[in-house]
Amino acid sequence: MSNYRIQGATGEWEVVIGLEVHAQVTSKAKLFSGASTAFGAEPNTQVSLVDAAMPGMLPVPNRECIRQAVRTGMAIEAQINKWSRFDRKNYFYADLPQGYQISQLYHPLVGEGQLVIEADEKAGIPEDKVIRIERIHVEQDAGKLMHDQHPTMSYVDLNRTGVALMEIVSRPDMTSPAEAGAYIRKLRSILRYVGSCDGNMEEGSMRADVNVSVRKVGDTELGTRTETKNVNSVRFVMQAIEHEVQRQIDVIEDGGQIVQETRLFDPGTGTTRSMRSKEDAHDYRYFPDPDLLPLELDDAFLDDCRASLPELPDAKRARYENELGLTPYNARELTAEVETFARFETLLAATAAGIGKPEKDVATAVANWSLSVAPGVVKALGDEADMANATAEAQAAILDMQAKGEISGGQAKEIYEIVLKTGRDPNEIADTEGLKQVSDTGAIETAIDAIIAANGDKVEEYRGGKDKLFGFFVGQTMKAMQGKANPAVVNQILKDKLG
Amino acid sequence: MTDFTQLGVKAIRDGVAGGDFTAREVAEVFNGAVEAAAELNAFIVATPDHALAAADKVDAARAAGAELGPMAGVPIGMKDLFATNGVQTTAASHMLEGFVPPYESTVSQKLWDAGAGMLGKLNLDQFAMGSSNETSYFGPVKSPWKAEGSNATLTSGGSSGGSSAAVAARLCPAATGTDTGGSIRQPCAITGTTGIKPTYGRCSRWGIVAFASSLDQAGPMSRSVEDCAIMLGAMAGFDPKDSTSLDAPVPDWAGALNADLKGKKIGIPREYRMDGMDEEILASWQAGKEWLRDAGAEIVDVSLPHTKYALPAYYIVAPAEASSNLARYDGVRYGLRDLPEGAGLQDMYAATRADGFGDEVKRRIIIGTYVLSAGFYDAYYTQAMKVRTLVQQDFHKAFAECDAILAPTTPTPAFPLEEMNSDPLAMYLNDVFAVPASLAGLPAMSVPATLTAKGLPLGLQVIGKPMDEQQVLDVGLAIEQRAGFTAQPEKWW
Amino acid sequence: MSVTREQVAKIASLARIQMGEQELDHMVPELNKILDWVEQLGEVDTSSVEPMTAVIPQALRLRDDVVDADPHTAGGRRDDVLANAPVAEHGFYGVPKVIE
Ligand SMILES: [Mg+2]
Ligand SMILES: [Zn+2]
Repeated sequence: MSNYRIQGATGEWEVVIGLEVHAQVTSKAKLFSGASTAFGAEPNTQVSLVDAAMPGMLPVPNRECIRQAVRTGMAIEAQINKWSRFDRKNYFYADLPQGYQISQLYHPLVGEGQLVIEADEKAGIPEDKVIRIERIHVEQDAGKLMHDQHPTMSYVDLNRTGVALMEIVSRPDMTSPAEAGAYIRKLRSILRYVGSCDGNMEEGSMRADVNVSVRKVGDTELGTRTETKNVNSVRFVMQAIEHEVQRQIDVIEDGGQIVQETRLFDPGTGTTRSMRSKEDAHDYRYFPDPDLLPLELDDAFLDDCRASLPELPDAKRARYENELGLTPYNARELTAEVETFARFETLLAATAAGIGKPEKDVATAVANWSLSVAPGVVKALGDEADMANATAEAQAAILDMQAKGEISGGQAKEIYEIVLKTGRDPNEIADTEGLKQVSDTGAIETAIDAIIAANGDKVEEYRGGKDKLFGFFVGQTMKAMQGKANPAVVNQILKDKLG
Repeated sequence: MTDFTQLGVKAIRDGVAGGDFTAREVAEVFNGAVEAAAELNAFIVATPDHALAAADKVDAARAAGAELGPMAGVPIGMKDLFATNGVQTTAASHMLEGFVPPYESTVSQKLWDAGAGMLGKLNLDQFAMGSSNETSYFGPVKSPWKAEGSNATLTSGGSSGGSSAAVAARLCPAATGTDTGGSIRQPCAITGTTGIKPTYGRCSRWGIVAFASSLDQAGPMSRSVEDCAIMLGAMAGFDPKDSTSLDAPVPDWAGALNADLKGKKIGIPREYRMDGMDEEILASWQAGKEWLRDAGAEIVDVSLPHTKYALPAYYIVAPAEASSNLARYDGVRYGLRDLPEGAGLQDMYAATRADGFGDEVKRRIIIGTYVLSAGFYDAYYTQAMKVRTLVQQDFHKAFAECDAILAPTTPTPAFPLEEMNSDPLAMYLNDVFAVPASLAGLPAMSVPATLTAKGLPLGLQVIGKPMDEQQVLDVGLAIEQRAGFTAQPEKWW
Repeated sequence: MSVTREQVAKIASLARIQMGEQELDHMVPELNKILDWVEQLGEVDTSSVEPMTAVIPQALRLRDDVVDADPHTAGGRRDDVLANAPVAEHGFYGVPKVIE
């Protein structure tokens, strides 16, 4: 339970939040037509006669869209309905050519599921929390209206019309903006792991309808909720909630009533306002689409969907901690984004192979390299860094040399810097640039003998029990070796000679 | 030389194939007949060039010794509900006046591919809603038939009233129709023509302006059972663009026609005998039984207990689907736009739809919107769809006891225009015998039986099992052979 | 159950059909006559009956995820989809300005 409370004039308020996330399904063609779903095309160039709702046009569903929705359902441990059906949601708007949206009300494809948002003390999420998901249904996206192109007209672009969406409906289980943010981030991560949605919120691939209500702490009745439509970033969702919560509290405390309504979020001001175009009371007249038959899925189809599921975020995180021995922090960081764990796992495999050790023995080194060392070097280089040179092979070679003690951590950074700038081979750099540690005991012994000879008094003090002088000898030796001596070897020889 | 207008589909096709005459000669004659019959208002637009071009292609193909299609050289009328590429398609509405589709309906394309040509787009009830053709924005069709001793203009039925009138008046050997709740069978019955509505899903609905998706079916209208079988064969077939299209092979119905009904059982549904029923209708039904007995069939009584509920269920389901199917006519992408001074988007919709739809269309959209609206959905729509299940189960049980069902097609012969259009409900009752088969998706046809004392045609309806068009056509042929219906309307136009 | 003039007016606006007073004058009684007649469906005991879901029982077919596989249902035909538009400018459909 989050401790998010708002102190109002009349007492403490708590918040109830439910999210309806519209996620664009990753598919080449639209849900019911063959037109392309590619983003950013010229207006109305990806519109079929079906999408334009020409007289006599009919819908035929795209298998891939159904498959991706089912895989997504499986990824949130949801019940998959082998018998589902498409319904028509009837309303008039310029972005809706048919005059109805083909959606699923009565028999959605995916039923009850859930996901877990991780504890985050700073954000006021004391422990891991399960957010229940009521359903996922498949439906058509609408077109796009442009209001700023003409003084008296709005322009209509139907390229997006008919693109497949998953509407992922949560239970009202979130009680703070932070939980809502965490929910969307977690959901996005799952969708991207599964590959059913690219999660690109800037391009509108993920939009949230935010349902918010407030109630006095202790009340059991839910307050009247408002729905703020199409909020397209995690930050905006949290802003919209904060604003809506304060607005509702103010209204109620001023003796007013919350009207159940659709609202619009203004990213500019971070505020919400009533949506004029959706004013008239909703009566969508849902009924089964008579152009389509019930959607019946067989076991073979479901088995194929299940078999194609990748390792999911929670499982991967657990494995990183338990099998690779990574810290919870590193495990979380590395599994947050698909790109991150992909890069990590490639580098881990290459490094382990190079050194000839099991992955768990090198995982921590590779994790530190991936999360702090390598990014640090890149950051320092700025524009000079050519990321094309940041290959797994090169990085593995560096980690390999470091593990074998041939180079120091500092040298590793220096070498990687050159690699990023020039793309040269790390081993070749280590040799020609003299970026290698000396582990040749002969050279080190000679240096140490000289230092012992030159510092008889300190040797006596040390042997007399002044242990901390050991550091002095190490320093002197490294100095004599221009910092290129292998610290391990230096320590060993010093211990032997100083006795 | 032969009067081509008296020839049917098969006679024309075989004559062209045999070189007795050219397709062009035939097309020219029918183009002339269409032009001379403007008085009937059967066509919304004539397309003589389309007919000639198709004919020339057939003549050329024949000259080249190429194989000819099953409709080769046959000029037909196309109900103006089928989208025709480059030719205005209106559904007889002001809403779609001037709409020129950049696409061709699957069924019409199949007919062109089979060698048919188009004489024109046929008049109909607006958006196929009506039973007298009086809801057409382009004015009612006048039946070529007149009652003896009366000069009153009669209806040719609806919604495919242009098709029935054109075929009866010999303006074309055959025409396409669509049947949602009797729109092929009722017009055929009252004009002495022959038409079949196949099993739901046999003919693709792609490119046909939708009225009620779960009921709409295309079918042929002609002057003989065999011509219907030939033309249906060309129209039917699986279409991946229609999710409700039946993925089943199209049998050679024409080739397998067989009027010998020995060993067959024909069911007579007792619930179709309604009190106050027209004596002449009853007499024609009685005659039908005897003809089928004579053809070797056994006549059995069957029961369809929910018959009386079929029509009210239909008048919930069809308007509900229509109210949604017709939402796309909003003045944005095609068709009429009515934009009053200073009107916003929603005002534009309301004005456009008020202006673009006729009274009957509005009436059905309002009914459909009402029965789907919050609080009424279950009481009306869900209940109607349950009754629809019961109606289908009735037929299923009946077909355990018989191979086909014989019934009247209509409760009355053709009636004068304007007689009924003041009373919507009375008009709906025209389809009381036709609607049950529509709700159940069954193949059903109407075949001319007799003339009334006043010289007006009456039809008999044959209803078959799902996918069993063959049985329906065979029974139809047995009736045709014995009814000997040869009457023709006297040319007055 | 019969519909009031107000209900019909509300339904008409829900259906986006402008309706004048005279039109309502005849529409209301007509609707009530039709609705009274369909009410008889209430007599039928359907407690153990499923609503029809498919006229001819068959499973919904799913198409492959291929762009522009069939020209009839393909994109890339802007001129065709705009050809009949009452207002089309710069490749868009034009509608009266909408305030969201
Ligand atoms: Mg929603
Ligand atoms: Zn949605």
